[in-house]
Formats: sequence, C-alpha cells, structure tokens
Amino acid sequence: MTETRTHPNDPLLSLRDVRVTFRTADGLITPVDGVSFDIARGETLALVGESGCGKSLTALTILRLIEAPGRIEPGSRILFDRRDLLTVPDAELRSIRGRKAAMIFQEPMTALNPVYSAGEQIAEVVRTHTKASRSEAWTQAVAMLGAVGIPSPEIRAKQYPHQLSGGMRQRVMIAMALVLNPSLLIADEPTTALDVTIQAQLLDLLREAQQARGASMLLITHDLGVVAESAQRVAVMYAGQIVEEAPVVALFAAPQHPYTEGLMAAMPRAGSRRERLTTIPGTVPPPGAWPAACRFADRCRYAWSRCTTEAPPLHQLGDGRSSRCHLVDEPARRVAAHDMVGVTA
Amino acid sequence: MSEPLLSVRGLSKEFPIRGGILNRVTGSVRAVTDVSFDVAAGETLAVVGESGCGKTTTGRCILRLIEPTAGQVTFDGVDLLSLRGAALRKMRRHIQLVFQDPYASLNPRMTIGDTVKEGLTIHQLAEGAAADRRVQSLMEEVGLRREWATRYPHEFSGGQRQRVGIARALAVEPKCIVLDEPVSALDVSVQAQVINLLQDLQRDRGLTYLFIAHDLGVVEHLATRVVVMYLGRVVEMATADVLFSEPIMPYTQALLSAIPLPDPLAPRDRIVLVGDPPSPANPPSGCVFHPRCFHPDKDVACTQVIPPLEEKAPGHWAACIKQPAGTSDFFLPAAALRSRRTAASPAT
Repeated sequence: MTETRTHPNDPLLSLRDVRVTFRTADGLITPVDGVSFDIARGETLALVGESGCGKSLTALTILRLIEAPGRIEPGSRILFDRRDLLTVPDAELRSIRGRKAAMIFQEPMTALNPVYSAGEQIAEVVRTHTKASRSEAWTQAVAMLGAVGIPSPEIRAKQYPHQLSGGMRQRVMIAMALVLNPSLLIADEPTTALDVTIQAQLLDLLREAQQARGASMLLITHDLGVVAESAQRVAVMYAGQIVEEAPVVALFAAPQHPYTEGLMAAMPRAGSRRERLTTIPGTVPPPGAWPAACRFADRCRYAWSRCTTEAPPLHQLGDGRSSRCHLVDEPARRVAAHDMVGVTA
Repeated sequence: MSEPLLSVRGLSKEFPIRGGILNRVTGSVRAVTDVSFDVAAGETLAVVGESGCGKTTTGRCILRLIEPTAGQVTFDGVDLLSLRGAALRKMRRHIQLVFQDPYASLNPRMTIGDTVKEGLTIHQLAEGAAADRRVQSLMEEVGLRREWATRYPHEFSGGQRQRVGIARALAVEPKCIVLDEPVSALDVSVQAQVINLLQDLQRDRGLTYLFIAHDLGVVEHLATRVVVMYLGRVVEMATADVLFSEPIMPYTQALLSAIPLPDPLAPRDRIVLVGDPPSPANPPSGCVFHPRCFHPDKDVACTQVIPPLEEKAPGHWAACIKQPAGTSDFFLPAAALRSRRTAASPAT
C-alpha cells in the first residue's frame, strides 16, 4: 500500500470545467458543459437534477466510462487523490476503478452479470485487484454479503441475480462496491428503482458503510427527500451546468437559484394538501435546444431582458454557496416578484 | 356516505403457475385476496402499496382487463362482472384508465388527435367535424395546443404524452377514471403540472378518481381516502388526514416513516423494516405481515389468525389483532408523527 501524503483539507475529488460532447445527426451537443465541484474526504455530495440535466453523464465521466460518440473535451480536469484521471494511463485507471473509486448503478438487474452468481461477481473484483486466492476471495465475498445485511450469505452467494429480489440485488451491487474499501463511492440513483421501505434500508446501509470506512460519496439523485437525508452538500444541475451549490441545510432553508426554488415548491408534501402545487412551466429542454444566455430563462418566474442576452456566471455567495443567476446582482427583483404575487392573490 | 359510485366486495385474483413439460398448473399466485372498498362519487380514493402488493391488479380487475377469480364489482348500480360483450363495452365508457408509462401507452403510428378521437368514434359520441372540434377542445382543456393534433407521440415530452393519455380518457366523458401511477414516470417539475391538471379536471367535471400509486407524497396531496395494500390484501383504510397522522397497522406505520422527508433537520426516527416482502406465491400463514412485523405484542396468534379488516374507529379500518398505537410506547405516538410531518412543511 503506498501512502500518499495529503493535506486533510485537500478534496478527494475535484472536477474542473468538465465538458462532454456528443456528435449527433443534428450536430454537436454538449450535455455536460463546464461542470466543477469538490468532494472532501468523508463527505457526501448530492448531484441533483431532472432527467437529461447531465448528472449521470458527469458521474460516468469521473471513471472515464463515456463511450463514443461521446467525448470528454480537452481542458476538462478530474483530480482524484491528486491524480488527473483524464490523463492517467489505462492500466492505472483500471487499478483505480473498483479499488479506490467504485460505482453503484441504478438498475442492478442490468448492471450485474446474469450468468455469474452474486458471490462470483464480488470475488472477481477482489481477485482482479488483489493477490487473494480463489477461496480467499470467495470468503471475502461471502463476508461482504453478510455485512450488507443479506441473510444466509453462504447460500445467497451461490445464487444468480434473477434469483434475488430487487433490494437484494442492489445490496449485492453495494457489496461489490464496498469490498475493497474504496475511498470514493459514486452512487447513481441507487434506490430509485426500489420500494420505499427497501429504499430506507439501503440509504441507512450506505450511510453506515460510508461512515464506518470514512469514504466520500457522490450521490446522484432526483429525489430531494433522499438528498435531505443523505448529503452534506448539494450541487443542483440544470441543462448541463451546475446552477447552485450549497450545504444541505442552507439549501433547503433558502434556495437561491430560481430552478432550485421551483423544484422545492413543486414537491407535493404535508401542508400542501389538495392545494394547487407551484409548477415550473414548460419542460426541461433537450441538449441542443438550450437557450443561449441563461438556460433556465424561458421557465423562470423572475426572468427579465438581461436573462435572455447575457449568460449568468456561477456567483460565489460565501459559506460554500453559489448560484448561477443574475438575481445575485439584483436581489430586489426577487422581492418585487413575490410582492406582486401577494397583491394579485 | 351516500350510495357509492364504485363498490368492490371480496375481490380476488389468482394467477396459475405452470411448470413441467406438460405445462400443468403447479400452484398459484394470489395477487389479490378478498379486497373490499367503496369509492364515493367525486372523491379520490388512493390505493397504495409496494410493488407486488396487488394494487395494479385490483385496478385492472375492476376494469375487467383482467378477469377476477372471485368477488363483486358494482359501478353506478350495475354489476360489472356480469356484463358481457356490447354491454361491457358500453359500460367502459363510464370508467376509463390512464396508464403509468406515457411512452408505451400511446400508439406510435396514430396522431394524437386520432388517439383522442378513437373513443368518440367507438362509442358513437361524435363524428366528422363535430368530433374534430371535440378533440380540439379536449386538447386545450388538458393544456395541449389544438394544432398539435396532427403530430405523433414521439414529438412530445413525457408530461405532454401523459396529457394526451388524460385527454383520451376524458373524451368519452367518464364518471370515474382509474389512474395507474399517472405521474411516477415524470420529473418533479412536470409532475406538479399534471397533478394540478388532475385536480382541476376533477373539480370542473366532478370526476371520481381511483388513484393507484406508490409515491406517498403525491397520495397525501391528492387523495381524500387511502387504502393500503400488502401482499394482495387490504391492511388499512381511512381518510387521508387520519391515515397520515394516526396509522394503526404496523406496516402502514413503517411505510409512512420510510418516506424520505425533504428537510435535512427532520428527525430520523424511522422504522426500518427487516427483509423483503414475501412471495405472493407462498404467502405467510396468519397475518401476511407477521414475518416483518415489529409490534411488541406480536405472538403465535399472529402466525395463525388471518386478521379481519375491522373498523377500529369510525371510518378507520385496519387488519391487526393487537392493540393499536397509543397503548404502546414502542410506536411513534400519533402526535409525534404528525408534528414530524408538519415540521417538513415548505421551508421558504
């Protein structure tokens, strides 16, 4: 084991200006357009957004899992443990994948190999990255299945994915990800396909496993409830860009970007019973159809002329907060818009 | 309650399991067992539960898209299960279905105008120019532009397709619509638009909804009454207010406490159930929930007696043979649960 000297405040993972392009029949699109964020050691960052915002592609970029016709543009940087993952040789990248940084996918039925048993798939990870013998790897796999809460792991290890329930399959995925004690977990909608009682079990499991091992986590989700329960910091994505970043408590207390504000208001919850929900008009535009200046301008309740002519920068607001919105310069407009609603109501 | 619009009694559905080279019936899956409830005109009754609990099968049995094994379904005074042929088709006009998946439930080769018009033609409600006018006004009513009638489903987003599905259901002027997870496939911002639309239509047209869902946040927002199903059985039934604040059945309590609240400061005092739901092909004896139940008084009786659905308080039915919440410290006291939920009210 090589001990890397790192400053404790040094982030484990830093994305800088990450850009992913796809060449399509309709021309070049940029579904991930200049994404930057840091994840500290032991921290959970939630990357939130609706379908098509680029959050899953961003996650795939980290381990260079983007396939042609997708391309990670030059100038993008992904620093993991002080190594730029976009320039490390393939062999080194392979040794990082699964061992130092592991991914948990949304759909365990497609992410697991149907012709290998659960135990074999976990043991394979162990054998690929360590010198463990076949039987040692199997023992580790069985122990790991037990650790993620699978009853009678010796029996389950010999079963194939189709013989396991959805919750159990996701536990196998988590076991595979955790077996080599990675310092970074990338979880892409890990509980979205599952029922709410099973989701509760797995969120607890992920949190406990992460805390016990001091790992960092990038949690990709569209569910603000899951964010509130699991993350310390949140980055909100819209149309390929991060539009807001904040510590979780601050974000829920006072969202700054109109998109975040709209998402929170659109959620049905206790207290809103049978009243009209606040909606964000229109739909998420597909990549290639994004407005030129502010990408949210056509759906924003506060938008004014400046929003359709000048792209807002990601303003730094202090206390780890940022917002990609011109309202930062002209906060009076937010108040004015709320007053107007008050008058008409 | 006055005479219910829809009344379901003792509804059961068994699917045979076939196996072996002769494809003999080797067993059966009891997808729905002895389900009974009423839906009053103008209300929204939600049927909730996790995958495999039988909520969708219940909805389909009511519409006779699946033939139930046993039971009675009365709609507007008519016994739906005895209808055949033309009479059944005629009845279907009054009880329509909106599907979960807006991508799979529209015919990709039909323009959305034709899709909405099909019901009008089949039920001979309008023809020619009159039908076209009806289609256009329906499209506007659900928030689609009338000139889009000549477009095909692939040209629309998920939320817009779900609006087409709603317009199609509305075309024949039904009294009741079975909504099978109508917003589950949609993004949060679009989901809110469709929820508002459903509420507006209900108010304007006096519609009755049977709302099948697993998202309890949406259910709490939309439903007037809620039926909770587990492994094919109704385990609890109450008004939405009562169910969300004073759940009796341990499964309902666990289900409600498992909802992730969009509030990072909310206490994490959830009940986490152990294990997965058992297979409906081999349900547990007695109370179907007993293997996962955390009730402190759980005993051998729970493994032997099938708990009847009893009225524990006026209008509040639950299937549990033990003393409900309030008598035991183990449960989240109802008041605490309620305050916890109101604590999660909008932060801004």
